[in-house]
Amino acid sequence: MSELREDLNIIQQWVKPDSQVLDLGCGEGMLLKYLREHKNVRGYGLEINPDKITACLANGVNVIEQDLNAGLSNFTDNSIDTVIMTQALQAVDRPDLLLDEMLRIGDEAIVTFPNFGYWRTRFYLLLKGRMPMSETLPYNWYDTPNIHMCTFRDFEILCREKGIRIVNKTVVDDEHKEHWTIRLWPSMLGEIAVYHITRK
Amino acid sequence: MPEVIADDSVGLVTPQLLHFDEPLTLRSGRVLPQYDLMIETYGTLNADKSNAVLICHALSGDHHAAGYHSMDDRKPGWWDSAIGPGKPIDTNHFFVVALNNLGGCSGSTGPASINPETGQPYGPDFPIVAVRDWVHSQARLADRLGIQTWAAVVGGSLGGMQVLRWSIQYPQRLRHAVVIASAPKLSAQNIAFNEVARQAIAKDPDFYDGDYLEHGTIPKTGLTQARMLGHLTYLSEDAMRQKFGRELKEGKLNYSFAPEFQVESYLHYQGEKFSTRFDANTYMLMTKALDYFDPAGDYDNDLVKCLSNAVCKFLVVSFTTDWRFSPARSEEIVNALVQADKNVSYACIESDNGHDAFLLPIPRYLQVFSAYMQRIRSELTVAGGAR
Repeated sequence: MSELREDLNIIQQWVKPDSQVLDLGCGEGMLLKYLREHKNVRGYGLEINPDKITACLANGVNVIEQDLNAGLSNFTDNSIDTVIMTQALQAVDRPDLLLDEMLRIGDEAIVTFPNFGYWRTRFYLLLKGRMPMSETLPYNWYDTPNIHMCTFRDFEILCREKGIRIVNKTVVDDEHKEHWTIRLWPSMLGEIAVYHITRK
Repeated sequence: MPEVIADDSVGLVTPQLLHFDEPLTLRSGRVLPQYDLMIETYGTLNADKSNAVLICHALSGDHHAAGYHSMDDRKPGWWDSAIGPGKPIDTNHFFVVALNNLGGCSGSTGPASINPETGQPYGPDFPIVAVRDWVHSQARLADRLGIQTWAAVVGGSLGGMQVLRWSIQYPQRLRHAVVIASAPKLSAQNIAFNEVARQAIAKDPDFYDGDYLEHGTIPKTGLTQARMLGHLTYLSEDAMRQKFGRELKEGKLNYSFAPEFQVESYLHYQGEKFSTRFDANTYMLMTKALDYFDPAGDYDNDLVKCLSNAVCKFLVVSFTTDWRFSPARSEEIVNALVQADKNVSYACIESDNGHDAFLLPIPRYLQVFSAYMQRIRSELTVAGGAR
């Protein structure tokens, strides 16, 4: 039985048994593998990193080489139960359009992204006057793949504007663990958010 | 000539000729009353006969997919980069079967074979065979070898079309389909290239409407031209620029119409080499089989419906600079399989080598191929209960 990263563990609990998922930026396919082995979930992962694609093949998960920025028009409406995207929303060209696509293809979606409103990030910018860097955000401003950072509030406002309903949300620290202190003030103390959303 | 045979080669191999007496009814309605198939095998069939892999060849391929026939051979089999101990199709674990398809010219019954009814070569009277006829004959070959289910059926280009056909025609008889640099049907451009090639052969005065053997000739000029054109479509513009650029054979312009650029003499060389080893009627037949292939045609032109009967898992691979069978064509297959709710993985390999890439040892290609084949192996181990 494989050990699952903590945020993936939160996600897997929200995926219905015997359903079908699409994992955007599926990495080495660990979530898909876990879902197949433990919940009889079928699905596909999209990935563009060659080494990760090879790892998916070795893990026996369905992986399709496809760039999320080129769109998802090859997937038909309502063809998937749950569309999942972990830690990639902030790195795509148009997160807003991709969210639309996720909820066109899937009945529901699960999204995780780093919180730019995390207190350390806020203080980094405030005190150092430089673009924040941390273990979760280890890049310089000029080479970061994270081109569309947002805070939890930003994301929730976008969902409201789009008529997307937030079914569930969990906020975790940089080790993807839940902690009671985070629950006190999630938008300040949480580093990574996991949102479960739908149009229904 | 291999002075020593490498550790990752299948080594010296001997083809076998198998005779089939049961008549084969072809797509065209014509019947081949009996036929021979020339095959090669590598590796060992396991006790429960679950580790067999079928290799389907492309336009000009044959049964000699790997290894050497003798120490005098200049080159190994056509897919030696992928088949052998430790290679993607690892012969330490798989029993590999390669054959020359019907209509071919490397030992299986084809236009140059003697028609038992007339005692003369079939020549142009050899029936036009379709991809489904090849797959039918390959299923009979599997029966003969005692293989109920292939662990995988694998092929590139026209070979990939046979793999697709297998998944539709005998869905229960393969567990995996590996479809490389292929397409669900030819485009108008593809068909046009084939027609120019066929016309080059047909208009050669030595062709005699396909009866050239009776006249003791071969349409060498036509075959050379057909191959030159074909070869051109297998390469990418980048590959040609890198390989030849505008380099001149003699380092200067001669103001003549003889080949002066390196690329010209390369094409002449490839064409002429091919024209001495390949049968013109076979070339005509193979290109027709390519043109006719359109499995969705039987399913209201709906590829999703066509593939909905498949039960095997698929790996589809394409190459970035392949314009003969571009990545978009492979993606048509992938998208249809996703819509049909099938297990499919897809990799688009960065390569400068055009369509030819599927035969070359490109590191990422071999990694993807190996990872997938190893997964098939791990299923064998589970199925067999060994280890």
